[in-house]
Amino acid sequence: MSANTPHTSGGHDGHGATPAVEQRYPVIGPGLTVESMTAKISSLVLTREIDRGWFLLLSIAGMGVMMLGVSIGWLLLRGVGIWGINEPVAWGFDIINFVWWIGIGHAGTLISAILLLLRQEWRTSINRFSEAMTLFAVMCAGMFPLFHLGRPWLGFWLFPLPNTMSMWPQFRSPLMWDVFAVSTYATVSALFWYVGLIPDFATLRDRAQNKVGKVILGMAAMGWRGATQHWARYEVAYLLLAGLATPLVVSVHTVVSFDFAVGVIPGWHATIMPPYFVAGAVYSGFAMVLTLLLPTRAAYKLHDFVTQRHIDNMGKVMLATGLIVAYGYAMELFFGWYAGSTAEGFMVQNRLFGAASTSYYALIFCNILTPQLLWFSAVRRNLLLMFGISIVVNIGMWLERYVIVVTCLERDFLPSSWGDFHPTIWDWSLFLGTISFFLFMMLLFIRFIPMMPIFEMHALLPKSQSHARLARGGQAGETLQAHTH
Amino acid sequence: MSATHSEVPTLHGMMAEFADERSLIAGIERAKADGFTDMEAYTPVPSHDVIHALGVKNRFAALVFCGGLLGSCAGFALQYMVSVELYPVNIGGRPLNSWPAFIVIVFECTILFAALTAVIGMLFLNGLPQPYHPVFNVPQFARASQDRYFLVVHASDPKFDARTTRERLAAAGPLSVAEVQN
Repeated sequence: MSANTPHTSGGHDGHGATPAVEQRYPVIGPGLTVESMTAKISSLVLTREIDRGWFLLLSIAGMGVMMLGVSIGWLLLRGVGIWGINEPVAWGFDIINFVWWIGIGHAGTLISAILLLLRQEWRTSINRFSEAMTLFAVMCAGMFPLFHLGRPWLGFWLFPLPNTMSMWPQFRSPLMWDVFAVSTYATVSALFWYVGLIPDFATLRDRAQNKVGKVILGMAAMGWRGATQHWARYEVAYLLLAGLATPLVVSVHTVVSFDFAVGVIPGWHATIMPPYFVAGAVYSGFAMVLTLLLPTRAAYKLHDFVTQRHIDNMGKVMLATGLIVAYGYAMELFFGWYAGSTAEGFMVQNRLFGAASTSYYALIFCNILTPQLLWFSAVRRNLLLMFGISIVVNIGMWLERYVIVVTCLERDFLPSSWGDFHPTIWDWSLFLGTISFFLFMMLLFIRFIPMMPIFEMHALLPKSQSHARLARGGQAGETLQAHTH
Repeated sequence: MSATHSEVPTLHGMMAEFADERSLIAGIERAKADGFTDMEAYTPVPSHDVIHALGVKNRFAALVFCGGLLGSCAGFALQYMVSVELYPVNIGGRPLNSWPAFIVIVFECTILFAALTAVIGMLFLNGLPQPYHPVFNVPQFARASQDRYFLVVHASDPKFDARTTRERLAAAGPLSVAEVQN
């Protein structure tokens, strides 16, 4: 049997970085052992007291969730007229927020699936966290089109169900594609997340001290016992899920962009939309991961698990996707001129010099100028600056969707049908409500679910441990606690 | 821990506990050399070497492929039935079976069915959820999900005999050997 080097025998690990980078920015802190790592991650869930800071944040987010409840309640009573939407801007905040949230979710799938297939081992410690983010972001996203229906209790009409009216959905419409893409995405993300959690729930079950925790975690683990037969199928299933989620995530934002691109509105009807939307989604998603991960890392002292290397890599991904997005903006301007269409030309002119040009320049500042700082490794090492940039990019990506949805609809082909959009307090309260809901769920997640995949993290260790083990001669009978450096 | 059954407890097998993957594999090799065939290993992390040593094979990927194929067919059949048979809408004389417009949903259904097959199939074939399993009767087994490696020779193995199997397993140098009560 080849010696203890599972990373060369085709495990999860790869060699994404050169030794120099590896040394400068390790993926995982030095001196960690299987025992200490398992203890640290599971203690976050099992033995930690409920700390005041967490409870305070949860309470604030909880108030926001109540505001969400009030906004939805009032909406159901009064209808969508409480929003600022009108003709021609029938897609106001709902579609902006829907696209924004879906985009944020995409980084989670990218990190958990695509980086797994590309054997980027650094992704392991931020994998679970960003997958959770995906799930909650998709929940937030789903609310908007549902409530935008006006009569959300008839939302099931979107699904191909036999009914007394003998009516069926129109499958040639991108809005219908959206229903299938987003519901598939939500399902697959939840499955992927849960499958990854099963062995960890088993670890927690076996470490839990109190009876109630043992029972609940035991049910969540479904009796997982780590049998080799089971692992063999598990690994195939997990890898295939990653392989399935990868094209899925690309398809979802492509379909979301079809909602625009298939329409005829100037500024929407462009073939650049799908790639530019997908890149934008990854861009905003990574920004959101940083926004959430940096404070969590500081609060729970996760510096051994989320190292400079992660922050550096995420900065680079943001820079790369930010440049693709910038290319998208450049092409929008270019084709406004090159297409030779009066309406398209006017759209560009309106964006640059029209009444709503402020939002366009703010967008350029947030999404193109600010991220250029990421070229400098000094910036990528500065946590405060990284946090700031991630917030700016989040805002910028929201503005992008605002510019696409609102300014295009405000000024279409016929001047007689022009109109202006002014969001009302209910637009904002619903949006802020979903942000609170998202934070609320994330707070519950970091308290009640292991935020890093324990069993996958083991795979990061052998590299350092195999040396110690070989030096000792690797006799059986020694506990792993003995591994010190 | 003792079994709570009223009838005489029967033996599930003999369990040896190892400190790491390498000693577990050595244990498996030794047990195979002793002629045992009905074994199972329990590890905290998936290990290709252990899977290989036990000779575990599965054709699970083929099942997922079939699930995906079924999804494509179902997705297309749904759209064809609805658009051509159940609710045909003539829009400017365009063909009812406008298949290019159906691609997206066919794709999404493929992914959905394949993913569901992967997860449900994995759980079903693994016999999960399973509320009770004899291995949990051994107290040391709590560390199987953390940092210990276990090998169980099942009582159903033709060469199994409580006393000799214990001796054979102990010869591999495990941390402990324990009977697994049913």
